[in-house]
Amino acid sequence: MHEFEGFTLEWYEEVFADTRLWIIVLNTFVIALLSALIATIIGVLGAMAIHGIRRNRPKNTLLTLNNVLIVSPDVVIGASFLIMFTIAGIKLGFVSVLMSHIAFSIPIVVIMVLPKLQEMSHTLIDAARDLGASSWQVLTRVVLPFIKPGIFAGFFMALTYSLDDFAVTFFVTGNGFSTLSVEIYSRARQGVSLSINALSTLIFLFTVILIIGYYFINRRSSKPVSKGGH
Amino acid sequence: MTNKSRAVYLIPYIAWIVLFVVAPIVLIGYYSLFDIEGNFTLDNYAKFFTSVYLRMTLSSFWYAFLITAFSFLIAYPTAYLLTKTKHKQLWLLLIILPSWINLLLKAYAFIGLFGTYGFVNAFLEAVGIGTKQILFTDFSFVFVAVYIFIPFMILPIYNALEELNPSLVLAARDLGASGWTTFRRVIFPLTIGGVKAGCMAVFIPALSLFMITRLIAGNRVITLGTAIEQHFLVTQDWGMGATIAVFLVIIMAIMMLLTGNRKRGLIDVAKK
Repeated sequence: MHEFEGFTLEWYEEVFADTRLWIIVLNTFVIALLSALIATIIGVLGAMAIHGIRRNRPKNTLLTLNNVLIVSPDVVIGASFLIMFTIAGIKLGFVSVLMSHIAFSIPIVVIMVLPKLQEMSHTLIDAARDLGASSWQVLTRVVLPFIKPGIFAGFFMALTYSLDDFAVTFFVTGNGFSTLSVEIYSRARQGVSLSINALSTLIFLFTVILIIGYYFINRRSSKPVSKGGH
Repeated sequence: MTNKSRAVYLIPYIAWIVLFVVAPIVLIGYYSLFDIEGNFTLDNYAKFFTSVYLRMTLSSFWYAFLITAFSFLIAYPTAYLLTKTKHKQLWLLLIILPSWINLLLKAYAFIGLFGTYGFVNAFLEAVGIGTKQILFTDFSFVFVAVYIFIPFMILPIYNALEELNPSLVLAARDLGASGWTTFRRVIFPLTIGGVKAGCMAVFIPALSLFMITRLIAGNRVITLGTAIEQHFLVTQDWGMGATIAVFLVIIMAIMMLLTGNRKRGLIDVAKK
């Protein structure tokens, strides 16, 4: 690789032929999607719970606890989760990685959803109640549609945090299970290989597509709000 | 919302807080009180204050300080110019873009660029300076770390500059202040919040970096993060690792009391 001789697609072929690598890519995406989905559900519930609290003291306590995982260094999160999984007897692998990713994604979802809930006027809920809606109907017909942009933003942030994470995964991954970050790390320690370059390009393109998707969802969902504002 | 339905909302969330926020912190504290054989002791704390660990802590702080300082020196003018450009959103997106790409890939790209046969050395060779050892030096470590952290510094400063009322700057100019005085007395003091948030967003992660220290600095630099990883995954001395983690958490808490939230800048922008 030291001398540039010409262009070739050989390394892309090598990447596509590398089954082990594709299993790891698949793992990474399954973890990212599952963890983002579950974190979004728990995070939305959490945001509603925090929003529902009237008194300031418990509310601020919950918010502080919520932010602990956001501000903690990844190494500390990884190490403490490692201790916890070992004590709880959970085998390191898919389950432990998934649980860690859910855990560090939840506060991000809460932070994205909470402002939307605070934006929502309480008269909307009162009106729905007045018109005879049950709690469930209020939730599904009024509250959730209103905070939908926040939920989507939270989901996408959770997805990117999960795809991006290296440190926490590195601690809790154990033997036999690997995500892309960890795999790249172990391969990169052995020096530069061109199949990783090819893979990087593919991931880069995927990230760009994801961002464009996020951008459009964000724009579409924020448009009616800005229209209503003016 | 009735009390009953609120309780249902609370259950999974509270369970998460107890299991993944409170329990890990307690466990880290608990484990720091045991030595490698599992005896209850305060030795780890005594060990932390010996010269080996103190020197490591100091060098870790020094590198984190360098990284934060360089990020700030580059980020402030960039953020300032950014507020003056036409296509702000586009530029902003381009600056955030690298932070969406896997950290490992970025570090990996630099191995290729800085390596003996890499692009940078090829360039140095071509202009007649000759090949230099770039990878595995302090320079490459600080450079790559600054590159990685710079978006986290730019965004809060940019937000602060955007919130600054332009009439204040105009008023200062009107009253005869020079460009430099306006900056020093008006613009900078009013954006100090953003600067603090940015420094916070860079300093703490810089203290706990561990992957880059291996890949880019080739184990020459040992940060607190590297030490924790070493103790947990290599020497299996969890007690000492937990002790260092406790100190990292304490430092973080102190920093948090002094400034705002990290990662907040990114989230703020994403919300827009």
